[in-house]
Amino acid sequence: MKRGPSAFNIASVVLGLAFLYAPIVILVLYSFNASRLVTVWAGFSTRWYAALFRDQQMLDAIWVTLRVGVISATIATVLGVLAAVALTRSRARSRVVLAGGVYATLVIPEVILGLSLLLLFVAAGLPRGFWTVTLSHATLTLAYATVVVQARLQSFDRSLEEAAQDLGCPPWKAFALVTLPGIAPAVAAAWMLAFTLSLDDLVIASFTSGPGATTLPMRLYSQVRLGVNPEINAVSTLLIGLVATGVIAAYLIQQRRRPSA
Amino acid sequence: MSGRPNIGGIRETFAPWEDPTARPLVRFEGVSKAFGDTQAVNDVSLSIYEREFFALLGPSGCGKTTLMRMLAGFEQPDAGQVMLAGRDIAADPPHRRPVHMMFQSYALFPHLSVAQNIAFGLKRQGVARAEAAARVEEMLALVRLEGLGRRRPDQLSGGQRQRVALARALAPRPRILLLDEPMAALDKKLREETQFELMNLQQTLGLTFMIVTHDQDEAMVVADRIAVMRAGEIVQVGRPAEVYEAPADRYVAGFIGDVNLFEGRVATSEGGRVRLLSQDGPIEAEGAGPVGETAWIAVRPEKVAVHSEPQPGDNVLAGTILDYGYLGDWTTYLVEVAPGRTIRAARANATRTVVRPLGCGDAVWLSFEPASAVVLTR
Repeated sequence: MKRGPSAFNIASVVLGLAFLYAPIVILVLYSFNASRLVTVWAGFSTRWYAALFRDQQMLDAIWVTLRVGVISATIATVLGVLAAVALTRSRARSRVVLAGGVYATLVIPEVILGLSLLLLFVAAGLPRGFWTVTLSHATLTLAYATVVVQARLQSFDRSLEEAAQDLGCPPWKAFALVTLPGIAPAVAAAWMLAFTLSLDDLVIASFTSGPGATTLPMRLYSQVRLGVNPEINAVSTLLIGLVATGVIAAYLIQQRRRPSA
Repeated sequence: MSGRPNIGGIRETFAPWEDPTARPLVRFEGVSKAFGDTQAVNDVSLSIYEREFFALLGPSGCGKTTLMRMLAGFEQPDAGQVMLAGRDIAADPPHRRPVHMMFQSYALFPHLSVAQNIAFGLKRQGVARAEAAARVEEMLALVRLEGLGRRRPDQLSGGQRQRVALARALAPRPRILLLDEPMAALDKKLREETQFELMNLQQTLGLTFMIVTHDQDEAMVVADRIAVMRAGEIVQVGRPAEVYEAPADRYVAGFIGDVNLFEGRVATSEGGRVRLLSQDGPIEAEGAGPVGETAWIAVRPEKVAVHSEPQPGDNVLAGTILDYGYLGDWTTYLVEVAPGRTIRAARANATRTVVRPLGCGDAVWLSFEPASAVVLTR
């Protein structure tokens, strides 16, 4: 006898999902609204997407965001891989200190992190702009990237690397030829995660950005304060699509090439 | 050397270790290594000769793997020298040593095909592409994996993977091949086949092999010489027959094969014969021992004969059969000669049927020749 899910279970799932996704669904729906009024449905239209692509300020913000995301995710992933190697290979005592240092940024409130980064840049005399946001995002996402790569490295058979050295590879080459391909899915997932985190960050960017480097979340936030217009729904929908793709891709990459046995 | 009885009944033609002018290929000289408080290897000196199949045998944690890893370059000795062909290689990193290792886990690169795995070491040596391809084919043929070059390691069986690991380590033609518990993951039948294949391969290629194992049967089958290790030290080095028939001490006697030990005071030691006063009565063995001091006489179960009638002479013990194990080729008997004191005897089942079968509770008399027993002082 097969028992289906009870009515209670179905209700819980539906309500739970509604709680999580109703706002997003409404936003996506209204991005296709023909009316200028955000709350009144006047038929299907893609006019706000068209408007978005004529809005130079908005396009600039998207371009800045993508560049910040790609560069900061790359920096965070490279440093994250190195940190993960150091964490998995170091002696127990130094590992605790190192891990504490890396993971602290996971729990430091973003406002504090943003403020301290701002103070650092001011003290160092760096003009705020594109590179300060990028570096700050790398700082923010480094810990996440490290966690993802470290989890994979921990289960990685070290004798593979020893075998490569035994067969004539200097240690760095053994890492590049054998370990890196082995942990590649985790590295890709770490990059995706870092990119996604950078994409939707508002707090750190607000602290560390300067003229000419307005990111999309900053642009959206300032526009909303003047009043919601459907164009914002359109750009938000695109952003959601991008983030969702990134997260799903990161998940799929991690699932793939796992030993199936 | 005529006149001296041969130990083990095997005429050895290959024995460079007996030649004082022969120079060893590998020489460990007073090598020590500690991990924290644990002394993994303690002042080990050892020579391995060209074309030799050398086994390091011991229980897990005896330091045999550490010793091998020092030769591969993955561990640095705290003291002593590791010499290869007369040169101290302590400062060479693993990738600069002409020494290759077959890992216990095989450590095949999962993202590369079988052929790419085998070609890995050749590529690092800068062997030309065409030559490398030819060598890969040659290796595949050598380990009987023709046609499987394009497979991935996870598409192979355990035995096939083991052979790929072997081919990969052999392809760059190492001066010495290290095998770390190479057959631990194989089942018994496959293990025996592989042992003979390994010996064949070693003979055909004329290479030097060093194997680390905790399996005494494996070491006995494959090796020219065995070094028995205990707690970081080498207890005995010798041909399998020497280690088995003339063990250096009780540890070696008990670790390799089954053994019956008689402990007692040495009453006399003259004319190449020792008389020991044990709790089981006087026991005699060929050899020499310190008169008046404690010693042991060891005798292997297969050298103890089981009789149904009382026997005349020395080295006879009366008892009852407590238990037996029928193994097909052998039957082993556990005979109680005094309350709580048992002796093991083994009989080859040379015939299918026996007129007078033995069973539990039967009274039997055990006997063995003094020449079949050995005197141990440690």
